[in-house]
Amino acid sequence: MLLKLIVKNAFRHRLRTGLTLLGVTVAVLAFGLLQTVVGAWFAAADATSRTRLVTRNAISLVFPLPLSYLQKIRAVPGVMQVSHSNWFGGVYVSERNFFPQFAVDAQSYFRLYPEFLVEPGEMQAFLRDRQGAVVGRRLAQRFGWRLGDTVSLRGTIWPGTWRFTIRGIYRGAEAGTDEGLFFFHWRYLNETAQRNYPRRANTVGVFILGIDDASRAAAISSAVDALFRNSLAETRTETEKAFQLSFVSMTEAILLAIQAVSYVVIVIILAVMANTMAMTARERLAEYATLKALGFGPGFVRLLVYGESLAIALLGGALGMLLSFPAAEAFGAQLASLFPVFSIRPETLGLQALAALLVGLIAALVPAEKGARVNIVAGLRSVA
Amino acid sequence: MSLLTGVPLSYVVRNLATRRATTLLTAGGMALVVFVFATVLMLSEGLRTALVQSGSADNAVVIRRGAQTEVQSGVERNQAAVIESQPEVALDGQGRPLASREIVVLISLPKRDSSGPANVTIRGVGAQGAALRPQVRLTAGRLFRPGASEVIAGRSVAGRFQGAGLGETLRFGQREWRVVGLFDADGSAFDSEIWGDAEQLMQAFRRPVYSSVIVRLRDAQAFDTFQARLAADPRLTVETKRETRFYADQSETLARFIEILGLALAVIFSVGATIGAMITMFAAVANRTQEIGTLRALGFTRRRILTAFLAESLLLALAGGAVGVLAASFMQLFSLSTMNWQTFSEIAFGFRLTPGIVAASLGFAMAMGVVGGFLPALRAARLNIVDALRAA
Repeated sequence: MLLKLIVKNAFRHRLRTGLTLLGVTVAVLAFGLLQTVVGAWFAAADATSRTRLVTRNAISLVFPLPLSYLQKIRAVPGVMQVSHSNWFGGVYVSERNFFPQFAVDAQSYFRLYPEFLVEPGEMQAFLRDRQGAVVGRRLAQRFGWRLGDTVSLRGTIWPGTWRFTIRGIYRGAEAGTDEGLFFFHWRYLNETAQRNYPRRANTVGVFILGIDDASRAAAISSAVDALFRNSLAETRTETEKAFQLSFVSMTEAILLAIQAVSYVVIVIILAVMANTMAMTARERLAEYATLKALGFGPGFVRLLVYGESLAIALLGGALGMLLSFPAAEAFGAQLASLFPVFSIRPETLGLQALAALLVGLIAALVPAEKGARVNIVAGLRSVA
Repeated sequence: MSLLTGVPLSYVVRNLATRRATTLLTAGGMALVVFVFATVLMLSEGLRTALVQSGSADNAVVIRRGAQTEVQSGVERNQAAVIESQPEVALDGQGRPLASREIVVLISLPKRDSSGPANVTIRGVGAQGAALRPQVRLTAGRLFRPGASEVIAGRSVAGRFQGAGLGETLRFGQREWRVVGLFDADGSAFDSEIWGDAEQLMQAFRRPVYSSVIVRLRDAQAFDTFQARLAADPRLTVETKRETRFYADQSETLARFIEILGLALAVIFSVGATIGAMITMFAAVANRTQEIGTLRALGFTRRRILTAFLAESLLLALAGGAVGVLAASFMQLFSLSTMNWQTFSEIAFGFRLTPGIVAASLGFAMAMGVVGGFLPALRAARLNIVDALRAA
């Protein structure tokens, strides 16, 4: 009886309910998308391993480190493997097609990153080809690249036109693995550098260290940095996660703004929803008085108002959550260069549901009390 | 107004006043939407100002061909000499070219609020470096002495980074650098930089090449000849840009991101607020069916009823919009610092409210009011007199 009344009440004003429902849907959808943007920001940091450390030049990332450090780092107790990579910063056709490219020491690099899955045959082909490249599945899809295709990049840090042949396409082992990267041989970069820019030859951007015991990360980091203190290129070693988070923290202000805005959306829809409920309750004061005259208690009236408010909010919330998936898909495709990983996380869905629930509850707060406290005689007399 | 609508404006205002809670909620929602809308526009404007003021039209920036930023670029000493000696370059009083050979690097410095390190731009400038940027003014201390390990810090760097205040020291490149002066660059990108002597910084960072050469042209029209001559010179592998263009290009990604974000938010938010206005106005019409019937019976035409309800909706939106813009104007007290993806360095910029933004925000609010109010107003105008009078 209560449920039936709630549903009937909710859809009495079809237009108003429909509009409110639309509003809640859009708000929950927007909230979900904004939260997903925030999540995508952290995707790189979430995909890191606890047994990997990154060593870079202490001044800043734009300064390289000498390759000769490799042997010294390898000798530090606890370091199992060492690899290195250089940020290449090339442009593919136009600046708008941005994607990260790394010149890596192929064998050791893919051993350290088991989450990049390459077919053994493709790996062999890549290792044999000096100008070979391995690219992520999503990146290959984005530009329609196939195995054997030639890709030219225009160097910005390393001037010139660089030709690569795609020898492998990697898949990510987990959902959060970035499938938008481009890897090629550091050897190729270095040979060209030796010819054209001898001053910058035999340098690497960062060393990646595989360690045996994640709990000793701090000790190993300081042992590595102590090796090179007061040298021409002092180092800073940190966990891969801290390294990735340092990029996130640099854009923290934008992140905070997006987060704040996502909550503002909910507040706005709360105002709309509260307005709907206030109007509904005001119009029905006479009905509530009638119910009370018939012997129903204030609790029943309260339940009626809360039920109606929750029904609209939760239905809108559910619709918004459902729509989030296709919307995120479309959004992610548009912003592929900015956010390589763009998928809705379970926490986001939880937050969306919570937001809808809170909107439903808070919007009913005042009208429910008003309805429950209505004086029978005054209520029966009231005109909307 | 009353002549226009036929229905007195006071009727419209009183209607809003009667349903205080509903009016407040609807206008409040609109105020929030307009607040966010205005804030994003102000942010775009702040970023634009920071970059527009960084460049002057008669300066040219020369970097290595293909390099998009000064940090990626490298210009050899002999190339720098060739660039400075071009006939298009203006001369100072003593006949020296008005040019500055600069080195730009990023260093990672810890913030004062200990929220982790950020990349700060260090610019080594030549003797004419400051003369080429008239917007840079020394506000405290003195200029660095050539040949000394001294630097001066921009306004927004000095406050935010450890060791960057006046009299403090920074450590990088195996040296201690004393901050001997602070400068104000009038809100431009230079406010987020630290300046020192180019030759000293090159030694410290062991970089034998410059990052860029900045020159003042004899007049702004000489740019095309200058650019063509440098491009044709076989000794050079450089690219020449107007300084204004150079800084605009550098923040293109960030500016576009803010614009897309702002646009997406404006669309989503306005849907919510328009729905709010529509609900309120529909309810207003439904509750006043009898009143409307009476008005019609008194001789007010359908058109006048329509305008009266549209005016009510517009007034509601305008009130919300005004509150939103007022709240947004307080954002001018704050500034935002973030990493520019293209240069990889921190840039600080403020929120800037311009008359254009005020107009755009109020226009946006009114558009929401019209869209939200039109259908309900139409319903009010279409009511049949007899039915309306009978409704109870």
